[in-house]
Amino acid sequence: MRRGYGQRRDFAADASWHSDTIGAAIHRFANPGRFLRLARQLLPWLAGATAISFAVGLYFALIASPPDYQQGETVRIMYVHVSAAWIAMFAYAWVGLASAAALIWRHPLADVAAEAASPVGAAFTLLALISGSLWGRPMWGTYWAWDARLTSFLLLFFLYIGHLALLNAFDDRQRGRRSAAVLAAVGLIDLPIVKFAVDWWNTLHQPASVLKMDGPSIDPSMLRPLLIMALACQCYFFLVTFLRMQALLLEARQRARLYRRNTASPRGTATATRGSGA
Amino acid sequence: MNLSDYFAMGGYAAFIWPSYGVAVLLLAALFLLSARRLQAAERLLEADTADRDLPDGDT
Repeated sequence: MRRGYGQRRDFAADASWHSDTIGAAIHRFANPGRFLRLARQLLPWLAGATAISFAVGLYFALIASPPDYQQGETVRIMYVHVSAAWIAMFAYAWVGLASAAALIWRHPLADVAAEAASPVGAAFTLLALISGSLWGRPMWGTYWAWDARLTSFLLLFFLYIGHLALLNAFDDRQRGRRSAAVLAAVGLIDLPIVKFAVDWWNTLHQPASVLKMDGPSIDPSMLRPLLIMALACQCYFFLVTFLRMQALLLEARQRARLYRRNTASPRGTATATRGSGA
Repeated sequence: MNLSDYFAMGGYAAFIWPSYGVAVLLLAALFLLSARRLQAAERLLEADTADRDLPDGDT
């Protein structure tokens, strides 16, 4: 049970954790060793799904879909922009909720899940911002506007940057993770603001056309590439997040080995020298 | 429709292709960095376990 987690609290030994069945279930599936085995089996499938969905998605996005009657060919930017923005928000929900779980239950895998997903979310956020401004220039006549949707989405990018900076800001990794987790959890408030900014304020950005109460208002020929590209981005998110979680867990395992070695052997020799000296 | 018409993207080539270019660059770079980091961690741990036999048999 202690495998690779020499410096963390041992949950198997914590009776109160096991007394509640939901906690026990989470513990059973979120055990780092079990996760590593599962992730190793899952990775080839995720890689395949990502490659295939990107190939099909790009085919529909760039070739087998018509230009829009208003936007012309620039509608093709939407297939990158909207799917990137969706996954940027999904990734932030993942980071924020995992951070909250890490703060409440102190489960080691929750910290790792948040830390691993953060750069992936930041990449999708940056991608949505860049592709959005490349669409805004020809369609709105400007790369950027301080509009509620754009500003709250820019804040999402800064939340990711702040989270990543805090993770690496302290010599004590635990302290860094805790302060990063607080920021990420509090930042969750930005997600509904991003989502509803187009309804709450008069924005330059258009309102929702897919995720709305009375169903999507996009033609199926354009909804198809969008949904396949979104699926591809979602697969990519899980692929890279799980890769990074594996890396973080193995690095922690290696640190625990070094820590044990450095605390075990020198102390042994020190006592021996002291003993012989006396 | 010929190929140069296609690449011209109705006059919006300068906006459409960079969007896809940035997407490919960002996502490919992050994937490669992550995969290499995992490889490095695996290699380090393997070398270390081969080198030393810790008493508790931890890998």
